[in-house]
Amino acid sequence: MRDVAVVGFAQRQMPDFDGSPTCVEMLVPLMTECYEQTGWTRHDVGFWCSGSSDYLAGRAFSFVQAVDTIGVDPPVNESHVEMDLAWAMYEAWIKIQTGEVDTALVYAFGKSSAGVLRRTLALQLDPYTMMPLWPDTVSLAGLQARAGLDAGLWDERAMAEVVNRSLTDAEANDYALRKGGSSVDELLARPMYADPLRKHDCAPVTDGAAAIVLAAGDRAFGVRDKPAWITGISHFTDSASMSTRDLTRAPSAANAAAQLDLDGVEVAELHAPFSHQELILSRELGLADDVRINPSGGPLSGNPMFSAGGIRIGETARRIWSGEIDKGVAHATSGAALQQNLLCVLESSTGKGGA
Amino acid sequence: MNRTLSAPVTVAFDYTRSTGPVVGRFLTGLRDGVLVAGRTSAGEVVVPPLEYDPVTHVQTTDFVEVSPVGTVTSWTWVPEPVAGQPFDRPFAFALVTLDGATRPLFHAVDVASPDEISTGMRVQVRWAAERVGHINDIACFEPLGDESTARPAGGGILEDDLVTGVVTTVSLDYVYAASPEESTFYRGLHEGRLLGQRCPTCDKVYVPPRSACPTDGTPTEGEIELTGEGTITTFCIVNVPFLGQKIAPPYVSAYVLLDGADIALLHLILGVPADEVRMGTRVKAVWKPSEEWTYSLENIDHFAPTGDPDADYDTYKNHL
Amino acid sequence: MGKQPAAVVGIGQTHHRAKREDLSMAGLCREAIDRALVDADMSLDDIDAIVVGKAPDLFEGVMMPELFLAESLGAAGKPLLRVHTAGSVGGSTAIVAASLVQSGVHKRVLTVAYEKQSESNAMWALSIPLPFNMPVHAGAGGYFAPHVRSYIRRSGAPTHVGAIVAAKDRNNALKNPYAHLHNEGTTVESVLASTMLWDPIRYDETCPSSDGACAMVIVDEDTAAASPNPAWIHATAMRSESTSAAERDQVNPQASRNAAAHLWKQAGITSPIDEIDMAELYVPFSWFEPMWLESLGFADEGGGWKLTESGETAMTGRIPVNCSGGVLSSNPIGASGMLRFGEAALQVRGAAGEHQIDGARKALGHAYGGGSQFFAMWVVGADKPTS
Repeated sequence: MRDVAVVGFAQRQMPDFDGSPTCVEMLVPLMTECYEQTGWTRHDVGFWCSGSSDYLAGRAFSFVQAVDTIGVDPPVNESHVEMDLAWAMYEAWIKIQTGEVDTALVYAFGKSSAGVLRRTLALQLDPYTMMPLWPDTVSLAGLQARAGLDAGLWDERAMAEVVNRSLTDAEANDYALRKGGSSVDELLARPMYADPLRKHDCAPVTDGAAAIVLAAGDRAFGVRDKPAWITGISHFTDSASMSTRDLTRAPSAANAAAQLDLDGVEVAELHAPFSHQELILSRELGLADDVRINPSGGPLSGNPMFSAGGIRIGETARRIWSGEIDKGVAHATSGAALQQNLLCVLESSTGKGGA
Repeated sequence: MNRTLSAPVTVAFDYTRSTGPVVGRFLTGLRDGVLVAGRTSAGEVVVPPLEYDPVTHVQTTDFVEVSPVGTVTSWTWVPEPVAGQPFDRPFAFALVTLDGATRPLFHAVDVASPDEISTGMRVQVRWAAERVGHINDIACFEPLGDESTARPAGGGILEDDLVTGVVTTVSLDYVYAASPEESTFYRGLHEGRLLGQRCPTCDKVYVPPRSACPTDGTPTEGEIELTGEGTITTFCIVNVPFLGQKIAPPYVSAYVLLDGADIALLHLILGVPADEVRMGTRVKAVWKPSEEWTYSLENIDHFAPTGDPDADYDTYKNHL
Repeated sequence: MGKQPAAVVGIGQTHHRAKREDLSMAGLCREAIDRALVDADMSLDDIDAIVVGKAPDLFEGVMMPELFLAESLGAAGKPLLRVHTAGSVGGSTAIVAASLVQSGVHKRVLTVAYEKQSESNAMWALSIPLPFNMPVHAGAGGYFAPHVRSYIRRSGAPTHVGAIVAAKDRNNALKNPYAHLHNEGTTVESVLASTMLWDPIRYDETCPSSDGACAMVIVDEDTAAASPNPAWIHATAMRSESTSAAERDQVNPQASRNAAAHLWKQAGITSPIDEIDMAELYVPFSWFEPMWLESLGFADEGGGWKLTESGETAMTGRIPVNCSGGVLSSNPIGASGMLRFGEAALQVRGAAGEHQIDGARKALGHAYGGGSQFFAMWVVGADKPTS
């Protein structure tokens, strides 16, 4: 495999974006930030890939206008996935691995507030026997949380600890929407919302966008002294069925972890939009107690649809660029109740010596 | 004033789904008051049946009937139901493992508060008054206080009248916002003005203005007022009626290159028989009466020929 | 490490129809997948990863349907990707699947693209009026008709050339048992006599609305060794530009020309018309055949219609185009591009049945989407590429 690193990252998170669902005007400054970080122009980018959803925007071909933000004269080598930014980055990483290109810029966007997000996402479910009941995202997460509570795999206090730590860490994140820790007892004293979930157990509805820049080998050193090298990336999918899955597990996350070397990971940025999902993921990944989870504040502080998974990668990369850590793992999820999961290991060295 | 203009949009369609034999058999069961489960190669009894076996990947053909009575294996409270859910008042969603099945079914449980439901609780199907072969034929589950009051299981399905299709209504409400640059344009239209902007990088004039000039990615700037006169570059005559159409066919849909703009605008041509519209025809905007103006390109009712000689092909050939 | 060789060893497609009321969405995909797996002599358990493609989710009213389909497609427990690049998606999806092998990451990749148009109405989904805008949009035909008019003006083509394409493709479809339309007796005259829908496009010059799917198994060199007739992937290209830009050439888009130039260079082809034995082009409206012939370099600018008019794109011509009947005879939108890619592969494998071009060694598969702005294409050959 070629050595490929994350060398650029920009993001926006907001509660209520005052702009178009194509998010073009949100993406323009993100591109500018990526060029500032890399010293590149768009002509230095070999491949582009974006992630977004037509149903989030409420119109067919919602991604089409976003290519304008690239400036597409001359035309570009470009693709689009109806998936989170993390998978757009995966497609770009594959493209670099073929040797066809050395660099890529990937981006994603979504205006969750254009519709009723938890209702819109019901359209992801089995269209014959589930979707007509409009099972909302929060309810499905609630069933999952209850399954673990009943099984004694976690308790309300463990969930509140996740929230308290996330909101405390989010205070240092300028992009975070929800921030400010209190105490586990204070959080537990707040009323139930969708029993067994309290409002703070659920990620806030977030509009946003993000962009990631990849470069291979020497092109990465041309940008940064300490590129964040992708030393492993893996993703898997599980069945969508709420009937046949063990909701307390995420086998696809464990499968991905089994492909990777997670020894020595200092930070794990986990895309867990509900507090109990972080508990599931850290178990599936087999994270040691001293691994710092979601120092950015994580999705409970801001969860822009279709970029929040990629933001986990960017947040991990930032800590490698700054020298704060040498190794981290980032996670992205998609689908109801952690159906699809991607893991990306980032390191300060390529692990091959001589990088 | 908000930075952008916004308006509601509803995206609604009654989808006509063909079910295939497995889902069809389950829905047939609901119509006939029977819960049809499928047996997997691993011996699991799953309701609704899986279309394909998780291990062998072959289509499910082993069906069994299970009881309308079962046990709650997980549940969640729904304090603020969204449109389309089984109830418009708070209720519970639950996973219910029906007697005879080994895996749970997802549905609603009709209870008034979270205190009235718990894992392990016995519940039974409450059938809808009218059953058509749809998941909503199960109105919901309801608590079963006394096992002796359980409704009996059904008595088989009508094999010679299987459900093969189901209609699913998908209706979603969105707030559609125009971009800031487009909003400038639509606010101009509200005042009877046609406003373009110039890209500071390539100098091209865009109507409507753009958040990113597609050539170089730069937002357009400034304010360039156009007269509303221009040239038809190319067009088509729409003869075909279609669902949701706003203008009765036949009509001419044309690209109009406004004088002073570098990109053509798509609009309607009237005031001339359709077969007399030509590439190069000079046209001008015909505005609706000002009291009808909104924030829309529809303020221009249509474009009509000016009567001037046709524009020379060379003046618009780079816009095709 | 450069690109690893990759080959198509399994191809499957559904019997395309206006309404496949006998199948669910999963069933539709599995009809194509199961045929591709039989062709490849594999089972789902042999597959490392799955790439799904389809056009807008609004067509079926399911958001990211690959999620609910995962288990039925055999993707549970495997990596799963979902590509969406508008009408070109079937081609882009095949290219992404190929890149999973070419990168050395996977050895056996299954890709499937589908559309079940009968679940809704594409004209509706593509023409939902947006606030503030002028509601003159009239589906894909309404979008492309003005550009067809521009082509006719620029090239000086006689107005019956579109009908020649339609009659040829509809007759080719009679040789393809999977094609949606089997309209016996279609002639240039009968096409010209059909209703004018989006002037200058007539009813018989438009694609049907179909339910259908296409699947392929793409494998690495070692796995391909077990296949009697692999279709080797010689080159792939994707290029994108804007829907609307000042002075954009909408008849012969720069992205199309650039993609073709990149493709031919990779495949070591200097004269496409001499070196390509047949082409499956994405022609949803008949006039796009001469338009793409020019854009792809099979003819000089203004010369595409002459190839068509002189019969050179017929099965017996110099560059047979759309021997399968093409998009004009079957259009399950999301799958249409993959059908072009797959039909090209069938030809170089000698497995195209009645619509086989004898001795085809190198073929082009082509797809486009959006407002003629997204392009995906590949060259496949009977011989393993030398470099």
